[in-house]
Amino acid sequence: MTSAALRSRAWKLLEMVTTPLLPSDYLDLISPLRAGADLRGRIEAVHPETGDAATIVIRPGRGWRGHTAGQYVRIGVDVDGVRLWRAYSVTSPTNRQDGRVTITVKAIPDGKVSNHLVRKAKPGTLIQLDQPTGDFVLPQANPAKVLYLTAGSGITPVMGMLRDVEFDDVVMVHSAPQPQDVIFRNELHDLVADKKLRLTELHTDTDGMLDIAHLAELVPDWAERETWACGPAGLLDAAEEHWTEHGVQERLHTERFRPGIVVTGDGGEVTFSATGKTVHADGATPLLDIGEEAGVLMPSGCRMGICFGCVTPLKSGAVRDLRTGEITEAEPGVLIQTCVSAAAGPCDIER
Amino acid sequence: MTAIDPTAHLTAEQIEELGRELDAIRDEVIAGRGEKDAAYIRKVISAQRKLELVSRGVLLFSIFPPAWLLGTAGLSVAKIMDNMEIGHNILHGQWDWMRDPKIHSTTWEWDHVSPSEQWKHSHNELHHTYTNVIGKDNDLGYGIMRVDEDQKWHPFHLGQPLWNFLNACFFEYGIAAYDLELGKNLHKRRRKSPEFRARAKAVGRKIRKQVLKDYVIHPLLSGPSFLPTLAATFTANLVRNIWTHSVIMCGHFPEGVQVFERRSIKGETRGQWYLRQMMGSANISGSKAMHFMTGNLSHQIEHHLFPDLPSNRYAEVAVKVRALFEKYELEYVTGPLPKQVFSAWHKVFRLSLPNKEPKVKTPDRGQEVVAA
Ligand code: FES
Repeated sequence: MTSAALRSRAWKLLEMVTTPLLPSDYLDLISPLRAGADLRGRIEAVHPETGDAATIVIRPGRGWRGHTAGQYVRIGVDVDGVRLWRAYSVTSPTNRQDGRVTITVKAIPDGKVSNHLVRKAKPGTLIQLDQPTGDFVLPQANPAKVLYLTAGSGITPVMGMLRDVEFDDVVMVHSAPQPQDVIFRNELHDLVADKKLRLTELHTDTDGMLDIAHLAELVPDWAERETWACGPAGLLDAAEEHWTEHGVQERLHTERFRPGIVVTGDGGEVTFSATGKTVHADGATPLLDIGEEAGVLMPSGCRMGICFGCVTPLKSGAVRDLRTGEITEAEPGVLIQTCVSAAAGPCDIER
Repeated sequence: MTAIDPTAHLTAEQIEELGRELDAIRDEVIAGRGEKDAAYIRKVISAQRKLELVSRGVLLFSIFPPAWLLGTAGLSVAKIMDNMEIGHNILHGQWDWMRDPKIHSTTWEWDHVSPSEQWKHSHNELHHTYTNVIGKDNDLGYGIMRVDEDQKWHPFHLGQPLWNFLNACFFEYGIAAYDLELGKNLHKRRRKSPEFRARAKAVGRKIRKQVLKDYVIHPLLSGPSFLPTLAATFTANLVRNIWTHSVIMCGHFPEGVQVFERRSIKGETRGQWYLRQMMGSANISGSKAMHFMTGNLSHQIEHHLFPDLPSNRYAEVAVKVRALFEKYELEYVTGPLPKQVFSAWHKVFRLSLPNKEPKVKTPDRGQEVVAA
């Protein structure tokens, strides 16, 4: 027998020993970061960067495959007992000796996860990780001239790049409200002092917003540069327009942080994506009834919110709990009780 | 269906007001759920797993009597924890709000011969919706016992103390059979239905795995301690079964608990549903340890009112619920475990014998609305 076959036999036996749980349920107690475990990480330190941003040092589990500069990672953090998933750019270089990775988080108003990470996260906490992903990355061949166009926390993926690869000719135009809001300011200025970076730092509180039309005044040869831009949607939209207008759109790489904000209202178009049906729902009828009326096979039980026999994944959109009025927005892993939930805007129910 | 309806003094408005007050209690807990609660269930799960690991480890040496005793005691407690405070409550969706896929009603599987999926249907859906409604809630007497004076007596019922005792010893198998609705499904025609066959298969698979683990694999791993380990696991299952059976008997069977007629729940309002849960359940009083070992089903009344609230919150909820019982002059049936167990068993014995037909019938609470 090959060793792989032997191992799988041994594992089967172990499963018999631990049934109905899995061996990993017990191993997780002892070694949650081991190879073969679900990918997790442990927060080892939290370093404040600015008044509302911090860098989180994470020791990833053994299954971590490593990242490419500019990529992001989705992390699952328990905030007030509820697991929430968000994506953050990796800010550490790929060759960090101790195997740790960092993300840098800016607390956004009402941001549950970002505020938790910046202000409350404690070393020692376990978090859930996904493998890093994203195509906002540097090319294999080094471009001769590079422009980084960033604003606010849009600097984070670019910092990952700056720390990772040195280019001969790099310009950065970065906007932040005030000097003290510039994340990584000291490090950027050190790079400038070492002549590794040419930096234009704009303080929008005093200088006003960057007008892309005048970019040429700051970076005359911008159109010749391979450009990576990350920041608020307004900046990216303007950049895309500008680059397209000048016929150099293939030189522009953008990264958008926030997917569309969920609009909540009363009722909306409900899609039952597994069945491929779309119907209109009002804001007061349980989605269970809406689905059944549309001929979708909906699991159900008590129809009054007590048996949990109707829980179904909410893939997108938002629903309102008819008992408490509470709004639940779609996130990976979010299941809703369809018998006591109504559409709060357009949503997608996986049935 | 006792001769006197203990809720007769309440007006329809009062019953709805009561419902609103209970809703407010629920909302308050939901709004306050958080990190502490999540930490609680994680701690309990981790403690249970460690206790089970250590106990099974000790049983490897169960050829030595002290090791046997210690391991058996530990395993019994671990099995009770898995069944009560963890399994039962997770399968109720009490911890779904954490969005942790490992502690979720859709993924949890317990150390029990009834597959979680089937148990959720018969327990969460049938029993909790139709609590104590004769003919709808099969938990009432589990289809093998007479639990109310109004039920027709049959000579078969003479044996019910024995059935009940056997059910207690092999409770998990009783539950599996009950979740399959074996009694009803053993007719020839039903036996063949593919849906029933699939469910029966799932139970068979689960039983095989459970038996293999407890009575073959672990004893074998113990080598020379084979037989003592086998005896230890058997004992632990027996202890767990008798314990859970006792706790569950205390929930709906003691004297003073009401049962309802099928007709009475037609067109039931939210307030009336709550009231039925209040009158159809009974608590067990005792220490914190006692509440923990019953999986907080010692707060059966609160659990039936709010089956999806995290179990660690029932104790604080109970204070408010009890105040409502007093306000509305209702009887809060509770008592220490021995008393409640005795009371339930007493009823089992009493009703194994025929009784005179009661003369006065309870007036129906529910309006006679034809079901839509
Ligand atoms: S059908 Fe029972 S909770 Fe939705």
